[in-house]
Amino acid sequence: MIVAENLVKKYKEFAAVDGVSFEVAAGESFGLLGPNGAGKSTTMRMVGAVSTRTAGSLSILGMDPDRHGPEIRSRLGVVPQADNLDTELRVRENLLVYGRYFGLPRAQVARRADELLEFAQLTDKAKSKVDALSGGMKRRLTIARALINDPSILLLDEPTTGLDPQARHILWDRLFRLKEQGTTLLLTTHYMDEAEQLCDRLVVVDKGVIMAEGAPVELIRRYSSREVLELRFGSDLNAEVAGRIAGMGDRIEVLPDRILIYSENGESELVRIVEAGLTPITSLVRRSSLEDVFLRLTGRTLIE
Amino acid sequence: MTGPDLRTDAAAPRPLGALYAGNARSVMLRGWQATRSTNWLVVVSGFFEPIFYLLSMGLGLGSLVGTITTESGQEVAYAAFIAPALLAVAAMNGAIYDSTWNVFFKMQFAKLYEGMLSTSLGPLDVALGEISLALLRGALYATGFLVVMQSLGLNLSWWALLALPAVLLIAFGFASVGMAVTSFMKTFQQMDWITFLLLPMFLFSATFYPLSVYPQPVQFVIQTLPLWHGVELVRGLTTGQVNLGMLWHVLYYLVMILLGLVFTTRRLRTLFLD
Repeated sequence: MIVAENLVKKYKEFAAVDGVSFEVAAGESFGLLGPNGAGKSTTMRMVGAVSTRTAGSLSILGMDPDRHGPEIRSRLGVVPQADNLDTELRVRENLLVYGRYFGLPRAQVARRADELLEFAQLTDKAKSKVDALSGGMKRRLTIARALINDPSILLLDEPTTGLDPQARHILWDRLFRLKEQGTTLLLTTHYMDEAEQLCDRLVVVDKGVIMAEGAPVELIRRYSSREVLELRFGSDLNAEVAGRIAGMGDRIEVLPDRILIYSENGESELVRIVEAGLTPITSLVRRSSLEDVFLRLTGRTLIE
Repeated sequence: MTGPDLRTDAAAPRPLGALYAGNARSVMLRGWQATRSTNWLVVVSGFFEPIFYLLSMGLGLGSLVGTITTESGQEVAYAAFIAPALLAVAAMNGAIYDSTWNVFFKMQFAKLYEGMLSTSLGPLDVALGEISLALLRGALYATGFLVVMQSLGLNLSWWALLALPAVLLIAFGFASVGMAVTSFMKTFQQMDWITFLLLPMFLFSATFYPLSVYPQPVQFVIQTLPLWHGVELVRGLTTGQVNLGMLWHVLYYLVMILLGLVFTTRRLRTLFLD
């Protein structure tokens, strides 16, 4: 569905995307994971055929976006990072009008709009003003809108950023349903849990470059240990303590606010810490996540 | 659908392929829907503005002025002199409102065009759709105003019928240039410059008195402004003083339309399809 080879996007001298290659197969759910400014949105815009590449090759649905922008866009659904719903129109009108932008017949759009309102759980809000919707509802409406043309690929740029936990779970549930129905998804996110929930496969991007590629579980296995022990000694003490526990676990990361000890068994590491006479203010044993993969690869945390 | 497709991508792109999907109508429909559900009051207010001017200046001031001699030497009532000018101004205002402030808002705040351009629409669809909508509004104002003129006996010739297409031409010119200019604007302060420039043009473009009152150099400056061409064109038609020289005014607007469309389309492409 999507083939990108050595994709580059430069703004003057600055390379926002610097030689990115990946492939997305039909029915796959593919993620671009990285911090703000990693080049995720720029990549999305190029795939969405609204931004031309500086170098490299890109094929979307077998077509080159430089030459077939409108044809490609007619088969994509786009959920941008910031909601750009039409606030001068009501909820259902948003879907109707958007469908007409694709040149679809009125009756077909009307039928589809009602199905999608149902899908987005917005049927009872059909006549509401857009501004009266909650953040989660706006997001669901944006997704419904992106589906109006029955797209072959759905592009989601940070779909749940800024939503409260409950709204995120509702949204994930909807996206998971789409995935089950075989919709190809390409999404960017800086939330690990989101990537782990929704992505079959993902690339970790940083500063316009791909750092690693694989399935979430596979990446965690490759770049991290099974468990992580998180310790807090207070910001003044962390560095000092780090010296005393060197050598424990497989690997240690010292962050400004906490120390991470990577190990197959977090509990037994904690026992050793206590035996060494150290008393952390808080301790937490958890499973490794993509956050740890990112930390390992870049030396930085995802959300700074 | 993987690698090889990239190289078998042989279909030649259509000349306007990336710019125009032939669906400006959907952009107009959107505007119509939006007007219906939220801002119809603004539309109505724009309709009455030139009529108030006509009543106060034309009939009120006109009773002091009496008749006035046009460029072609014809004696007409003062109201009949300024009415065609106000008609041109009405077309200009309708078109300008839609193509400047409305477009500015949609571009900077509502991100409306960003949404439109992520569909199969091209920038020319958006430009044409928005401009046509502005044009339609201009036409609506103008028709109403022409009816008022007729009922007050200010249309002195059957040529006045042609004032309607003339006014459409004027609206098209202003809408297309207005949108082009707006697409370069970033702040409200810059937008205020548009208003600042339009007011003197409205007052001094031989709207309320003949051009001959100015000294030669000033006349020359006025004659380069778009509104003067519009005023002269419409005045020639409603007073029945038609001559071939009026084709120059038509040409002036055709160039405006073309330049406006080219710049708007280019600008939208740079802004949203870089």
